[in-house]
Amino acid sequence: MGKIQILTRGIIKDNPIFVLLLGLCPTLGTTSSAMNGLGMGVATMFILVLANIVISIFKDVIPNKVRIPAYIVIITTLVTVLELLIKAYMPGLNSALGVFIPLIAVNCIVFARVEAFASKNNVVNSALDGLGAGLGFTMALTLLGVVREMLGTGMFFGYKFIEGDGVLIFVLAPGAFIALGFLIAIFRKVAKATSI
Amino acid sequence: MEYLIIIISAIFVNNIILAQFLGICPFLGVSSRVTTSVGMGAAVTFVITIAALLVYLLQYYILVPLGIEYMQTIAFILTIAVMVQMVEIILKKVSPSLYRALGVFLPLMTTNCAILGVAIILVQKEYNMFESVVFASSTGVGFTVAMVIFAGIRERLDLEDLPAGMKGAPIALVTAGILAMAFMGFSGVV
Repeated sequence: MGKIQILTRGIIKDNPIFVLLLGLCPTLGTTSSAMNGLGMGVATMFILVLANIVISIFKDVIPNKVRIPAYIVIITTLVTVLELLIKAYMPGLNSALGVFIPLIAVNCIVFARVEAFASKNNVVNSALDGLGAGLGFTMALTLLGVVREMLGTGMFFGYKFIEGDGVLIFVLAPGAFIALGFLIAIFRKVAKATSI
Repeated sequence: MEYLIIIISAIFVNNIILAQFLGICPFLGVSSRVTTSVGMGAAVTFVITIAALLVYLLQYYILVPLGIEYMQTIAFILTIAVMVQMVEIILKKVSPSLYRALGVFLPLMTTNCAILGVAIILVQKEYNMFESVVFASSTGVGFTVAMVIFAGIRERLDLEDLPAGMKGAPIALVTAGILAMAFMGFSGVV
């Protein structure tokens, strides 16, 4: 498999949200605005790439029997580092994402990529795989954030372009479920029509 | 009275699935039949309650005295993982019938973000020990309530004639959205 293919697979064909339906908790919980969705996506991408690199380096040292606890410790350590960095340099993002930053540690996508890819492949390919899955995740979160923010408040990344209040329900909890449901249906339709 | 507020708030107003978006994976994955949803809900309630007690003790008797609160996430995850294993082993010996009922759902708990989420929230809200346990068990009940209602709706959805693109996950999410809207009616109760 070529390097380009490893990178792009996670974005469209195996998109974590739209196709695999992994990691839905942060997807629904943090996308009340496009900016928050983007922030959460980038934070998760950071962990995906680093976890894949670190585990790919140590894959021959970790005994097979205790690999899952070892992965948990490595991933959680990286998440703690990220959490402290965000707290120190981006307090606004920290309060917007709240409990979902430490919860990256139990995000299914991170485990899925580490177990399915990084534990069997070399460092460069693993980094590309993590970057691809991270980009796919970021794209999905940003898209959902844009849709919810536009419908809910009439704004795009904080710039108001429609007069009036918008449909407030899309910023609240029910709108997250409904918007994601329709986005998945549209993604399937488009993917089928263009057969990617 | 305070406890009543915690209970009502955790079950209805701030329902863990429909308002806080924690534990969506089992919510969408396991909720296709009512009986399995009850099993999953019971397992979550059971584990979450014990986890809350352990996490409380860990936070206030080990992490805070040593001044290493930043180790919170890693310490909580490891505690929960070890606890799930132990609960599994103990249940197998002590109550084989309960073990069989919860069996398949127990190992899934470690990566269920509802458990870790509740652990982090109860530390954030600075609950005392009894409040933590009450909060955790009523959150578990809230999880079960949402799961069972949702499974009941999904059993009927299977029989509906839907457009191809909406089958499966999309219609489940839209249904969850409408259910969340119904639960929003509870906001303002406490």
